[in-house]
Amino acid sequence: MYGFGILKGLGVTLRHLVNSYVDDIKWGVSRYETTEAFEARQGPNARGVVTIQYPEEKMAVPERFRFIPFLVINDADHPEAPGDDWCTSCGICAKVCPPQCIWIERTNDPETGRPVPQPKNFYIDIDICMNCGYCAEFCPFDAIKMDHDYELASYDRTTRHVFDKDVLSKPVSYWQEIAPTRAEEERLGREAKEAAKGKKKKRKK
Amino acid sequence: MTEATPEQSTDTSDPIAYLQSKFGDVVSEDTRDGYSGIVVDPRQLVDVAQTIRDDLGFDLLSSASYVDYLEEGFFEMVYHVYDTRVGGSGLNFKTRTDREEPALPSLVGVWPSADFQEREAWDLMGIPFIGHPNLKRILTWEGFEGHPMRRDWQEPFYEEDAKPFGTRWPGGQVIRGEMTNPYGMNVQYPEGFTLDGWSPEGDDAIYAGLSTPETASGVDIQQIRTDQLVVNMGPQHPSTHGVFRMTVTIDGETVTKLEPVMGYLHRNHEKIGERNTWLMNMPYTDRLDYLASMSNNFAYAISVEQMLGQEVTERAELIRILMAELTRFVSHGWFIGFFLNDLGAFLTPSVYTITERDLILDLFEAVSGSRMMCNYFRFGGVAYDLPEYIGGPAVKPGDKARRLDTYKFLDDLINERMPRVLQELRDYLIDNEILVARCVGVSTISSQDAIAYGVTGPVLRATGIPYDLRRMDPYSLYEEFDFDIPVRYNGDLYDRFVVRVEEMYQSIRICQQVLPRLKETEGQNYWAGKRAYTVRVPKGEHYGHAENPKGELGFYLVSDGGANPYRYHIRSPSFINLTALEEMCKGYKVADVVAILGSLDIVLGEVDR
Repeated sequence: MYGFGILKGLGVTLRHLVNSYVDDIKWGVSRYETTEAFEARQGPNARGVVTIQYPEEKMAVPERFRFIPFLVINDADHPEAPGDDWCTSCGICAKVCPPQCIWIERTNDPETGRPVPQPKNFYIDIDICMNCGYCAEFCPFDAIKMDHDYELASYDRTTRHVFDKDVLSKPVSYWQEIAPTRAEEERLGREAKEAAKGKKKKRKK
Repeated sequence: MTEATPEQSTDTSDPIAYLQSKFGDVVSEDTRDGYSGIVVDPRQLVDVAQTIRDDLGFDLLSSASYVDYLEEGFFEMVYHVYDTRVGGSGLNFKTRTDREEPALPSLVGVWPSADFQEREAWDLMGIPFIGHPNLKRILTWEGFEGHPMRRDWQEPFYEEDAKPFGTRWPGGQVIRGEMTNPYGMNVQYPEGFTLDGWSPEGDDAIYAGLSTPETASGVDIQQIRTDQLVVNMGPQHPSTHGVFRMTVTIDGETVTKLEPVMGYLHRNHEKIGERNTWLMNMPYTDRLDYLASMSNNFAYAISVEQMLGQEVTERAELIRILMAELTRFVSHGWFIGFFLNDLGAFLTPSVYTITERDLILDLFEAVSGSRMMCNYFRFGGVAYDLPEYIGGPAVKPGDKARRLDTYKFLDDLINERMPRVLQELRDYLIDNEILVARCVGVSTISSQDAIAYGVTGPVLRATGIPYDLRRMDPYSLYEEFDFDIPVRYNGDLYDRFVVRVEEMYQSIRICQQVLPRLKETEGQNYWAGKRAYTVRVPKGEHYGHAENPKGELGFYLVSDGGANPYRYHIRSPSFINLTALEEMCKGYKVADVVAILGSLDIVLGEVDR
């Protein structure tokens, strides 16, 4: 019978429409309030309306989310070296960067002329950056990490989109906040490394 | 399946010996270190190719790659041919031409699938193919100066031959590329060129070629009182899924000729690939078929691993297969939605089919860090293990956090939601009378034609050829899983649709088998190699391929032993499937052209590269 397909299609649409109300009624006001409700409507068993009311509500991004790198520095209240760079300007991130958007100027000791493990300047052209995350993945000092801040619209491309060291630097407490599990893992990893190094030194002595 | 069929006589089991006995010195074995296959004298290339196709049974010309051996002073064309009946590792044969005065015979007469690939070789490498019916630029624009894939060609912002560039470290002073260019734009013009004096010759050529009166069955069309009209569909047209143009000659409403015009998204991916190191290419492959970045990663990773002889751990393989099959589900779901969109069911079906995509992308985001540009595979494994949970901490104002256990999420998704939703879709779509009325019997293509045009993927399987690389040339752990290759026999739009729906079922089946094994291997190593950013690939060549949602994605890689690939050629399924577009559209209505293009399921990131 002709027209049956149309009815079936309309039926599916109608079911979707009704389902959205059913789910709203089931949860009541809490559908847009509580964490359980959010998990339910953004989880694999979600029914009804699945959209997120951006920008009123935003989906928290996962820890591995990557969007433009930033440089890790010590917190401002660090007991010994507040605000010090973790970066040693070894250049691995600049070498591994696929679109080559990282420029690093190494600091040289003014007296001896020998390189000092600290960047004088660090630039990332964020127009070129493809957010692949290699810099963070291969950094041996955990000094460069991928940021989670994806709201970066700006009015001027030519002057605002080359990030220098000031813009890029963020304290380690920020990294611990956006990626608690990974930051903890890395801290343990560093401590283990330190311990191993200490043992080696002792043995040498 | 990999055994030779009994019809083949024993003397064809060794292709080189067979060809040598027939052609003598014309054919020789490629003895260079790390190379394989046959080198053919260009003067008898067509005869040898004919023999390879007819006597040896290699009916599918999968890939025609071109390499510039600058030091040796020749261009090499490398053809990879396969037998669609038995699969296996196929055969490759090469032919060479002088760099100074290049010329090679065209193979379009033997394998029509060489059409676009030879045009690409002419465009990017500057090898003229004698006997090619329509030899003109395909990816770059008509006024382009030079042939960019030659080793000595340099781009406008040329810095160095190979990355990493020396200016980045240790004295890195940032400079924006366009500042170095006198025009302030990302172009370079030949000397004395002004845009004012230029007229687009290429367009005239397209129209001139199309407006020739056709003499069909002895009737001069000019005598009949109908007008042939040339219509441009695209580049900006909602049916083209991107920037793609079809120059269509129509007689009334019937298509008589069609020429695809592409390259609007061309970025010379392959040149970038040669400048990159081996690892740097991984995120670039995401941008090929951007709806299936995990599958692109997969194909590139296995190609390089095969060159390296790198082992992959079991857990890594399982994660890879899970990701690739979820990607297939996503890609085909996208196809169903937008195919219906092309048929006139505006947007509602698309939204229904991509709801599940959203959940799968949530998983990808939690696993790899990005929803679409995953960059997740590494040589020897994957970048990270599966995360403990999906979701993240609320940091910004307005952030809503969720914390869903990964295995529970996968369980619910794979065992419950995906089959249910697919069944729903199937219930109301598969016998939908509008779909049937628009699709059945439209754009039928025979299996012989499909193979001749180099069509792969679901479009080929809709013509009755069960050619799926997961079975025909097995890679990864696919041999250990139980799944079928869906095949339909009419080769029309409806069959292409149904094959994809069935493939989604098979993908779910594979995922369901992967999941328990993933739980078993929990905690095992997910990356066999060292976490090193330099990869040294041994000298030689390799053609690696994998079954992508769109068809066969192949990488022809040549290494000179250095940190960068000497040649990085991509056999992209969307691009080569388009070769058959004219054949599929001829004789059908203009409205069908939209649906036919939709049924090929092209992605322009991959077509234009």
